[in-house]
Amino acid sequence: MPALPTLLADINETYWFPPKASTFAEETDAFFMVIMWISLVFFVGIVIAMGYFAMKFRRRPGYKGDSSALHNNTLEITWTVIPTIIVIYIFYRGAVGYLDMVNPPEGDTIDINVTAQKWNWQFQYPNGAIDDELHIPENRNIRLRMRSIDVLHAFYVPAFRAKTDVVPGRVTTMWFQPTKKGDYDLFCAEYCGDDHSKMIKRQGVHVLNDDDYEKYLAKAVKAPDHPIAKGYWLWDKRGCKACHSLKPGETLQGPSFAGSYGNMVQLYGGGEVEFDDQYIQESIYDPQAKARGGYENASAMPSFVGQLSLDDVQSITAFLKEMGKEDFYNLVADDDGLSEDDKKALGISDADVAAAGSGEAEVGDDGSSDEENAAEAPDGDEAA
Amino acid sequence: MSEIADLSALPREEREARENFLVNTKGFLSWALTLDHKRIGLMYLVGVMTAFFVAGMLALMIRLELMTPENTYLSNAQYNQVFTLHGAIMVFLFIIPSVPAALGNFLVPVMLGAKDVAFPRLNLSSFYLWICGAIFFLTAMLYTGLDTGWTFYTPYSTSTKGPVVAATMGVFILGFSSIFTGLNFIVTINTMRPPGMEWFKMPLFLWATYATSIIQVLATPVLGITVLLLAAERIMHIGIFDPEYNGDPVTYQHFFWFYSHPAVYIMILPGMGIISELMSVHCHKSIFGYRFIAYSSIAIALFGFLVWGHHMFTSGMADVTTIIFSALTFTVSIPSAIKVFNWLATMYKGTVQLNTVMCYALNFIFLFTIGGLTGLWLGALSTDRPLHDTYFVVAHFHYVMVGGTLVGFLGGVFHWWPKMTGKMFSELWGKVSCLLVFIGFNLTFLPQFVLGSRGMPRRYAQYVPEFQELHVTSSVGAFVLGFGLFVALGVFIHSLMRGKKAPPNPWGGATLEWQCTSPPPYYNFLTPPEVNDPYNYKPLVYRDGERGWEYIHPEAPEVPQAEPEPAKS
Repeated sequence: MPALPTLLADINETYWFPPKASTFAEETDAFFMVIMWISLVFFVGIVIAMGYFAMKFRRRPGYKGDSSALHNNTLEITWTVIPTIIVIYIFYRGAVGYLDMVNPPEGDTIDINVTAQKWNWQFQYPNGAIDDELHIPENRNIRLRMRSIDVLHAFYVPAFRAKTDVVPGRVTTMWFQPTKKGDYDLFCAEYCGDDHSKMIKRQGVHVLNDDDYEKYLAKAVKAPDHPIAKGYWLWDKRGCKACHSLKPGETLQGPSFAGSYGNMVQLYGGGEVEFDDQYIQESIYDPQAKARGGYENASAMPSFVGQLSLDDVQSITAFLKEMGKEDFYNLVADDDGLSEDDKKALGISDADVAAAGSGEAEVGDDGSSDEENAAEAPDGDEAA
Repeated sequence: MSEIADLSALPREEREARENFLVNTKGFLSWALTLDHKRIGLMYLVGVMTAFFVAGMLALMIRLELMTPENTYLSNAQYNQVFTLHGAIMVFLFIIPSVPAALGNFLVPVMLGAKDVAFPRLNLSSFYLWICGAIFFLTAMLYTGLDTGWTFYTPYSTSTKGPVVAATMGVFILGFSSIFTGLNFIVTINTMRPPGMEWFKMPLFLWATYATSIIQVLATPVLGITVLLLAAERIMHIGIFDPEYNGDPVTYQHFFWFYSHPAVYIMILPGMGIISELMSVHCHKSIFGYRFIAYSSIAIALFGFLVWGHHMFTSGMADVTTIIFSALTFTVSIPSAIKVFNWLATMYKGTVQLNTVMCYALNFIFLFTIGGLTGLWLGALSTDRPLHDTYFVVAHFHYVMVGGTLVGFLGGVFHWWPKMTGKMFSELWGKVSCLLVFIGFNLTFLPQFVLGSRGMPRRYAQYVPEFQELHVTSSVGAFVLGFGLFVALGVFIHSLMRGKKAPPNPWGGATLEWQCTSPPPYYNFLTPPEVNDPYNYKPLVYRDGERGWEYIHPEAPEVPQAEPEPAKS
């Protein structure tokens, strides 16, 4: 018999749970197994009793039941009191664990702001850098302050055993202490509309050692200076890319940005309008006012009033304007106004620049890091 | 009814054939305008089974889509509409009315030895409200596709395109249907019990129905208010649920679950009531711990009002509130456990007839126990944290709602089928259906516990590839389950067409419904029947397959008792 718990404990590591990567995992997993054992004892007992009675007291020739056992207060009290004691224990241990999970210990925490929107996450680090993946150092207390700009979302990293809803109109907080280097999945756990199941960061939570975290922060880009580069950077980091591709003709939830500027676009409900500076600004601040034809679900897009400044909108406009032009890469290649950092932010490699001559390169092809490509992969598969 | 001729002069058999409620009047209008609770119950039965068929097909669509991690054949938006329809139809059109409105309508007056419910016209209007609500609801949802989930969480429901207002009006109408039924049963049980039937001589099904009715009458108005406020928020932006107008989405969740958690007990309590009857009759032994089962129904109904917050453990409620809700949640587990133990004790030294009905009852206990025990993980705050809104929750509530209510409902339909239709059914194929449901159900939902503990969130049209194996297992199980349910349907249809004539009391039940013919005459009982202990089987003797069990007056001379024949297929 002692082999069985060991076997099950082994199974529990690999079978029941995702990797343990935060200080919560030890306790929640152990407690999970405790409840499992309690439940198994009751369940097996009930099923055995059921099966045994069904066989032993089955109707058959020569057998006569005895219907005198009708109530027994001692028995009733026993099977009321024992479960009561057990659930009091489960409640108590759960509540204590919960208080640990919602209240960070005294001392240093790293505060990161999280903004959730359909269907993307943004993380703003203490130094002001914004990224769409979460980079955090191991063995430090991380506190997230989370806001949603549209509907309910929930921040859920299974490896951390941590989950908290992100509620529009409120700032919710959660904390955890990652204990193991690695890349973990982030899921949105509260239904948020069409692409709820794509609001994930596959291996997008990076637990780093202290050095790597410092290095990451040091090179984590703040907004680039050049408006075109900044426009691209905003598209990449502020949620636009969840719904708007840069690849020509690729339809995500919203229309592709490629080749839009300066052309006439059909409106939902008839009419057309020129895709110009005015239209871009109006669409960012009041997306439903002139929704594009074929995109009835424009209500999915939140207004960015208060999220993007006029300056940001101008940068996005500049970026959309230039990316449509054939000499966009030439502009980059000439290094006319784009610094090395800007190019990096644009994800433009020398290969892109070389390819620009043949006109086949795509700006959306972000070659800056493998991680980002992995994160974008699900987007790429949605071609309608 | 005035044109019904006086049949008292006819021979007994012919009279019974002509007074049978199924045929005592003929024609479409005699059903459409009937005030007979039995006919209304049967119409409800057909209605809820149709709704169940539709929602079950949607469930299979969901499982088919989840066979692969990518979009298999539905887009994300379509998937969201399908799971919304599945949940909404199952909850509002099937589970809530299933036992109370269909079986309850048929059984409550007969079990009371009464001729009808207290308010027959209210009863019929409840059925038509259900029809109206169903048509309204389905039309609204199919018109453009509702994608809010059955919970209508704000601010998604106030901002998404789609017929949210129309669908919520459908829910509003269905709510009234539910309130009317509950009100009717409360008054019926309070005022129409026959002389001698004290509260603690009522069959336990009536206790469960009474407890359910209390919840229906007290909680459903809150749902009505909630959906009205939601519609007002959507149309007029009154600023209560939508943060854009200074509302708070968590307020909506409180409103919604203040109804919808008690509604869980509207769904499961009648199922428990059925099982109490089934266990006693088919073990041929008085129910063990009658008072404890009766009180536990009332306890569940009352505690059920105090635990809604456990749907919001991760919503950012205050810590104290969260902990109080966790504590209250565990209080509900105790009366549920008491019921299970008493059912088991009922089997002890009984005479267990392992027929189709008993198989469904045992199936219920097996599945409901899993459903109840897995609630422990979700009630405990620290383990709920990772499990909340994952497939663990999906599996848990399906074990309670499907493994509990649906299996209990099917067991009840099999149990009272001879009474309702006057026909016996195939025992062999009934048991086959039970076995298939058991295998299919566990194959579908056991893997989902593992999916949940490994971190698979709910309501995902696409998922990361490592979850595929378990999803495929679950989908295979769903098709087995679906097949098992089709077999059950086949058994019912076969019985209607070819079934043997049922005796008044085929199982040896001691409650009053077994004292009238199968099917009962339109008036149920000419004179209020003599009330006995509903679980005293001593005066019942088995005659033969055609006559079933007969009630022998305790003072009559003892008659040698035949052995019941083994169940034939």
